Amino acid sequence: MSASDSRELRIVGFLCNWCSYGGADTAGVARFAQPTDLRIIRVPCSGRIDPLFIVRALVNGADGVLVSGCHPRDCHYAEGNFYARRRLETLKRFLDATGIDPARFEYTWVSASEGQRWQHVVTEFTRRIHALGPAPLLRHVSDGAWFDAAAPAAAGPACPCHG
Amino acid sequence: MRIGVFICHCGSNIAGTVDVRAVAQAAKGFADVVYASDTMYACSEPGQEGIIQAVREHNLDGVVVASCTPRMHEPTFRRTVERAGLNRYCFEMANIREHVSWIGKDTERNTIKATELVRMAVEKLRRNRPLTPKRFDVTKRVLVVGGGVAGIQAALDCAEGGQEVVLVEREQSIGGKMAKLDKTFPTIDCSSCVLGPKMVDVAQHPKITLHTMAEVESVSGYVGNFQVTIRKKARFVDWEKCTGCGLCMEKCPSRKAPDPFNEYLCTAPTINIPFPQAIPKKAAINPETCIMKQKGKCGLCAKICPVKCIDFDQQDELVTVDVGAIVVATGYDLFDWHKYPQYGQGRYPDVITSLQYERLLSASGPTGGHIKRPSDGKEPKTVVFIQCVGSRDRSVDRPYCSGFCCMYTAKQAILTKDHIPDSQSYVFYMDIRSPGKAYDEFTRRAMEEYGAQYVRGRVAMIYPKGDQLIVRGADTLAGTQVEVAADLVVLAVGVEAARGAAVLGEKLRVVPDQYGFFVESHPKLRPVETNTAGVFLAGACQGPKDIPASVAQGSAAAAKVLALLVKDQLESDPQVSRVTPARCVGCGKCVQTCPFGAIKLVEDRFGNPKAEVVETVCQGCGICTVTCPQGAIQLEHFTDNQILAEVQALCPPRIRVNYAS
Repeated sequence: MSASDSRELRIVGFLCNWCSYGGADTAGVARFAQPTDLRIIRVPCSGRIDPLFIVRALVNGADGVLVSGCHPRDCHYAEGNFYARRRLETLKRFLDATGIDPARFEYTWVSASEGQRWQHVVTEFTRRIHALGPAPLLRHVSDGAWFDAAAPAAAGPACPCHG
Repeated sequence: MRIGVFICHCGSNIAGTVDVRAVAQAAKGFADVVYASDTMYACSEPGQEGIIQAVREHNLDGVVVASCTPRMHEPTFRRTVERAGLNRYCFEMANIREHVSWIGKDTERNTIKATELVRMAVEKLRRNRPLTPKRFDVTKRVLVVGGGVAGIQAALDCAEGGQEVVLVEREQSIGGKMAKLDKTFPTIDCSSCVLGPKMVDVAQHPKITLHTMAEVESVSGYVGNFQVTIRKKARFVDWEKCTGCGLCMEKCPSRKAPDPFNEYLCTAPTINIPFPQAIPKKAAINPETCIMKQKGKCGLCAKICPVKCIDFDQQDELVTVDVGAIVVATGYDLFDWHKYPQYGQGRYPDVITSLQYERLLSASGPTGGHIKRPSDGKEPKTVVFIQCVGSRDRSVDRPYCSGFCCMYTAKQAILTKDHIPDSQSYVFYMDIRSPGKAYDEFTRRAMEEYGAQYVRGRVAMIYPKGDQLIVRGADTLAGTQVEVAADLVVLAVGVEAARGAAVLGEKLRVVPDQYGFFVESHPKLRPVETNTAGVFLAGACQGPKDIPASVAQGSAAAAKVLALLVKDQLESDPQVSRVTPARCVGCGKCVQTCPFGAIKLVEDRFGNPKAEVVETVCQGCGICTVTCPQGAIQLEHFTDNQILAEVQALCPPRIRVNYAS
């Protein structure tokens, strides 16, 4: 794997138990070699993934977050991945506003039988994150600027933005 | 908490590329971990004993095992910790085999990764709570949907096992597709002679209640406690009184009713019993063609019926039954072959489907068992069979093999020769698929003993010439074009999911695949279970299947039902959502999003609306937990705090929020 030549980066994966976690297992059983950067957190359904988890990981310094669930219309819980798709798509569009590069977050669908696809997804995503490099510290707001931004908020309902 | 960590070598599977001793050593430094060791095979008898010993010696109240995937051995180790006297949910697994040792070769990196996964598991375990399953009563009755051979077998086996059975069939008689067949491969048994006695058994079994001309209207509830509403369609005949004498059929003046049992080869009397062996053998009126229903006069059947059972005012009837388990056996329907331009799209009456040909062969069919072609009733001397019509064809979105067409085509070629000794059959095929007991011998017999000409290739077009049809195709083995002047063309049409299966699947929360076949729980190890507990599959509704396989699956489904219903009470999985009423604002968002209808709004003692989870219905997906704006509803064992603890373990906070003074 080309990604393993360089320093390992921190990539967090959220996988639904029924499809993608099984797909990752299938890839393992088939000994499909993958970069070692990814750490997988198992959740029952992609619909269980709160965007908060992803933001927390990224804010805490994860270099990339990968979410994977069952293919649309193939959810173990009938419609969980539809909720996931809406939430994650919204999150993806908001990330820019938070100062986090949206390219560091991706979601995809992998079924329990798609070991090869899982290998491909992991390899490609890891390659992408390595191309982006380590995530910069979230220091867009300097201490001084922070006070500038905080002042109107502290002023409460009287300030124009609370009009 | 006092946590014990066990790192499994799994022989060399893990230890080969992970330094398990180093992982165990590192684990000793994690919060709350008081004991850590490596073990050769954690899942083996001595491995499990070692865990139990350690729990007792070190007074542990939580266990982490780092080994294979939890999808494999989580239930095993949960039982182990339970034997050690702990709650089975005070246990976590770290997957260091499928997700670490088997996919990476670098021992150093694998060891770091394994260590981090163990720390993640420890952090989650520190926030686990003992959970206890709830127990609930089981209704000892089973609903079988579909009265084909798979459904019949499932119903009979369940009834023999001592359970009450409700069998629902959409058509007027049970029997399904098998009742339409003339003979069956590879023995050339008479189909109705084999099936008939089983159908009679269904009718006579004291434990089986049969509803034909009926469909499942709605289903609610959960495993062990389903409530099913069945719509019995109006048949305008009182079946309590009808004796099946058939006098009305003879006298009915309206004889142009469509005859689905004979695959629309002929028409039927408006008041009809579909075939002589029908179960139940009762007449029903087709209101579309009935003169009385359409024009308000006639009533001849009512006048001549010896038991006065005709009731023109009959309405649909709704019946509600409580059942503990459901077997789905809705079978298949034929692919709509009219999509193919090369076969004439229905312009040529002598291009028929294989199922229509079965009716021509059958003694109870429209021609009394004499092969007469539909256009002019002549006996065909040259019959061309075309295989894979709507099978293994991406161009019509049917890439799968329908499985049994090769076999029934060989059978029909044999029967053609039996019926018309001076006939010649041609079979256009792609590959011959006959993997079954005595199957390959059977197809060889068709070629060698019965002289059927097998041509490997596809048919490009069929066009009429005189009173014959010219079938033009390729012979890919000879590398030439072939033209056959045929008197009759039989299409071995592939199968697809039964019409209405999708609607039923929605009611039962059973997911169809992209071709409409219901998805089983596991393709190898759970072939008759679905992902909805208490709903089982039998027969071709799960995928194309021949009769022996359908019967076997019917019995398999029955075995699963009996194993379920033998229990008086069931345990519900305690990994369900739980509401903290103090936080709940009663917005009802969780009620809307729950795919299972497991959450309802109730009033607390102050009259405030509060969400409440029906634990036996909740499947534990956690969609509600993410939806709740208050964090008031949490999925047990996967709470926000637990998942955030895992995130935190992987990504420790590194920016300091400067709440400046």
